[in-house]
Amino acid sequence: MRAAAIIFLLSILSSPSARADEITVAAAADLKFAMQDLASRFERQTGNKVNVVFGSSGTLFSQIRNGAPFDLFFSADMDYPRKLEASGLGEPGSLVVYALGQMAIWTPKNSAVDVSRGWSALLDPSVQKLSIANPLHAPYGRAAVAALRHAGIYDQVEAKLVYGEDISQAAQFVESGNAQAGILALSLVRSPVLRDAGRWWVVPADACPPLEQGAIVLRSSSKKALARAFLSFLKDPQARSVLEESDFTLPGDGPASSKTP
Amino acid sequence: MNLEALWLSLRLAAWVSATLLPVAVTVAYWITYSRWRWKFLIEAVVALPLVLPPTVLGFYLLVALGPRGPLGRAWQWAFGHSLAFTFTGLVMASILYSLPFAVQPLAASFSRVDRKLLDASALLGASRMRSFFNIILPLSMPGLVTALVLSFAHTLGEFGVVLMVGGNIPGVTRTISIAIYDNVQALEYAAAGRTALLLLGISFAVLSLVYALNRRVWTLWPSR
Repeated sequence: MRAAAIIFLLSILSSPSARADEITVAAAADLKFAMQDLASRFERQTGNKVNVVFGSSGTLFSQIRNGAPFDLFFSADMDYPRKLEASGLGEPGSLVVYALGQMAIWTPKNSAVDVSRGWSALLDPSVQKLSIANPLHAPYGRAAVAALRHAGIYDQVEAKLVYGEDISQAAQFVESGNAQAGILALSLVRSPVLRDAGRWWVVPADACPPLEQGAIVLRSSSKKALARAFLSFLKDPQARSVLEESDFTLPGDGPASSKTP
Repeated sequence: MNLEALWLSLRLAAWVSATLLPVAVTVAYWITYSRWRWKFLIEAVVALPLVLPPTVLGFYLLVALGPRGPLGRAWQWAFGHSLAFTFTGLVMASILYSLPFAVQPLAASFSRVDRKLLDASALLGASRMRSFFNIILPLSMPGLVTALVLSFAHTLGEFGVVLMVGGNIPGVTRTISIAIYDNVQALEYAAAGRTALLLLGISFAVLSLVYALNRRVWTLWPSR
């Protein structure tokens, strides 16, 4: 009798056909605003719940390597998901380019710096601190350094650099006025929080390597079907419009440098 | 091994424990001898950093040190640069963060000094200042050393507040704990392991020293 009850309980708890399921998505910090919107739209459409964990792509990658219980990983670059696929931690064949990111130089509204001057604005003496994401583990930080080098001003601004944990801390450093300028993800710059608080200059696409952003289903996930369903949902017109509103260029309609099968 | 970060942390800890000591002695003296009815409120404020998450302190500091906070504005006006992301900013943050670690051992030591000695000293015409330096302070040496060492060690181990207000600048605000964190995030486990082991060793040595001195394995101060 007791055994039957336990088996019954277990069958309820582990039932794969439970109506409302739940996945946990690890997302790069540049998706902070778009991903919450995408998750809630997916929840409304399917009745399944999507939990989102934000961090720098490198932080999330190292957590996944150490067994973090995520189902799906949205990186801000292609390197980290490719490494997961190569090391067998990612589900083979599930890697997709979901968006192309852009960067912008951002200054607070009351700043004396004319950000429309582009790179030379960063050389202005009133820019004492320039905020970027940590290039050690944040793709946007790496891209910012590459763009500064490409513009030929890295050596001049290196002493001004402060490093945020991820791109949203980099944004917070400059939004709070503690840094006078930042090189941020355009998706954050155009978000409701920053849009009205400052001015920005979009970094031209040829000034840095393309910011292809990849997503991959994780091998350790027990909800791979739902994770895949969420990935396919990104091709849905309403999901595409959410990403486009966040100023991501979508694969297929932008200057993608390479395609993944 | 990240020697630049280690050296920075040691310098930070030295600055903090040295600057904090006179502040803590004053606060601890007041807490011990004041008869003010609402004294317990001040005691609670001093102990707050023990229980507050570093994020709360970090958040307040970020706002206070920045150009929108009164302290940040005054500093900017006086020195022409912001206080956030500077070594001085970290010293100030750490002083707040380590305050209870210096005040509490001192207050405990002060309160153990025999009041009769102080009464006798006062009857013989000694000023309060003189009683403090000739009686209270010599009798509180264990507390003084504990306060110095604990605030030093606690600053050395500080992470959350530095992460929030430091900005991770090499040689300026990238402390040893931040360097270890960066190593881990970048999957440089070997480097993280070496630095972590070093920090573990230093912290163990420092704490052993405090306990040994307090157990009088070596005698540095006269017995009471």
